[in-house]
Amino acid sequence: MSAKTLERGARAPAEGIAISGKGTEGASNGGFQPATTVPERESPARQGNGMGDLKRTGLYDLHVDLGAKMVPFAGYEMPVQYPLGVMKEHLHCRAQAGLFDVSHMGQVILRAKSGVVSDAALALETLVPQGLLELKENHQRYAFFTNDQGGILDDLMVAKREDHLFLVVNAACKDADIAHLRAHLSDSCEIEVIEDRALLALQGPAAEVAFARIAPSSQGMKFMEVTNIDSAFGELWVSRSGYTGEDGFEISVEAGRAADLAHALLEMSEVEAIGLGARDSLRLEAGLCLYGNDIDTTTSPIEADLLWGIQKARRPGGARQGGFPGEDRIFGDLAEGTARKRVGLRPEGRAPMREGTVLYASEEADTPIGSVTSGGFGPTIEGPVAMGYVGSAHTAPGTTIFGEVRGKRLPATVTAMPFRPSTYKR
Amino acid sequence: MKFTEEHEWLRVEGDVVVVGITEHASAQLGDVVFVELPEEGSTVSKDDEICVIESVKAASDILAPLDGEIVEVNGALEDNPGMVNDDPMGEAWFFKMKVEDLSPMDEMMDEAAYKDFVE
Repeated sequence: MSAKTLERGARAPAEGIAISGKGTEGASNGGFQPATTVPERESPARQGNGMGDLKRTGLYDLHVDLGAKMVPFAGYEMPVQYPLGVMKEHLHCRAQAGLFDVSHMGQVILRAKSGVVSDAALALETLVPQGLLELKENHQRYAFFTNDQGGILDDLMVAKREDHLFLVVNAACKDADIAHLRAHLSDSCEIEVIEDRALLALQGPAAEVAFARIAPSSQGMKFMEVTNIDSAFGELWVSRSGYTGEDGFEISVEAGRAADLAHALLEMSEVEAIGLGARDSLRLEAGLCLYGNDIDTTTSPIEADLLWGIQKARRPGGARQGGFPGEDRIFGDLAEGTARKRVGLRPEGRAPMREGTVLYASEEADTPIGSVTSGGFGPTIEGPVAMGYVGSAHTAPGTTIFGEVRGKRLPATVTAMPFRPSTYKR
Repeated sequence: MKFTEEHEWLRVEGDVVVVGITEHASAQLGDVVFVELPEEGSTVSKDDEICVIESVKAASDILAPLDGEIVEVNGALEDNPGMVNDDPMGEAWFFKMKVEDLSPMDEMMDEAAYKDFVE
């Protein structure tokens, strides 16, 4: 079981989950190093894998002090796990509260030159199929940039504030996203990239009580509400959201105050620091897509089963139908159906079906029906969970299909997601 | 007890060799969630991939450390893979093999040498 064996042993999964990028051998630089985990909702795919030019978030020293294992991810040195380990971190977040450093993600303010937030909403609607005009002030919504082919360039959160939109985008895509915004919206909008604020996520059933000690008014917020809260750590830009399937908050804080805020939260008995490894298993159990794995420039939102994220106003017959890149493909997919669709899978037995696992309709079939795009062990489910794309004849929940793992066809059941009911504060 | 560069430990018990993975390996792997064991009675050659270990992070193999026959496997690992993290050097042995020629073990590391090897 040498490092070499481990790299080889990790096979398809290693290529998918090697933290420094697809098709690389992970962060391994000698010694006994399993190809390191799967992280987060963004893909490292486009990033270099050298330890050379990596950026650090303002919480780097804190991660190191806590004993984190740091790995290259999306151009940053990030904590993949702390001494607690992926499994216990995951379970702690579901039972109590977990603190995540997501400062590597991009924070962007979009302001209409007219000063009217509706104009910014309408401008951004030309790049995303979401309804932003009717989004209520101080609320946010899940969105995705589409390309002319109807594929997905990135997924993001869009919050509507009094006089601007606030966007949070994936780290691996942020430079491209910002260039995309500038290329298309500069005539009508100011695009301000926020470089001086960190971003923390506090997730789990005890997040509310923990965060209330710092920001009491946060208790009254509902899922996807956003607000600014004055605190001992300066002004916090808070949303009641996250990417774990748990209730919780995402908190934008001045970079210089972020470590103090993180310390204050970690001193609370409910809160543990959680790395990218558990962040990935948490979002997978919640059925949430990892950009670069489960959605990318080749997947349409309809194939990805993300129609719920396209509001009626932008669909055919809606008040502002179409008008976003790839409209023809997306509306075509909607009208005619797609050849493949993203589904959840519960493999029988205990063997995980990792990213890249080829899927078949039967034990004997010669022709694959699809493949796994994210897969691993779900600590809360206490068994393997996966998602992937399969031919449309095989998408009904309860359908048994087969994944080829180490040369054997193992059964898996198509399962509605999330695998575990989400506990958002509606 | 002897150790391989592949992070296995070997212990001679009567006429069989008991094989498991080291504490160091178990810690590096992280939480083990799945173990696939070889078939009892199978004949294996040194460096054959005969076990699969999946942790929350990745899949890895255990190689046969010697030529021989698998005479017993630790079925408890399949039901409770976490044993590999809890007690890798004891309860969580993987398999016992009958080996004709034990002489390759003379070349393997003792505990002190292994400790140096991983540091």
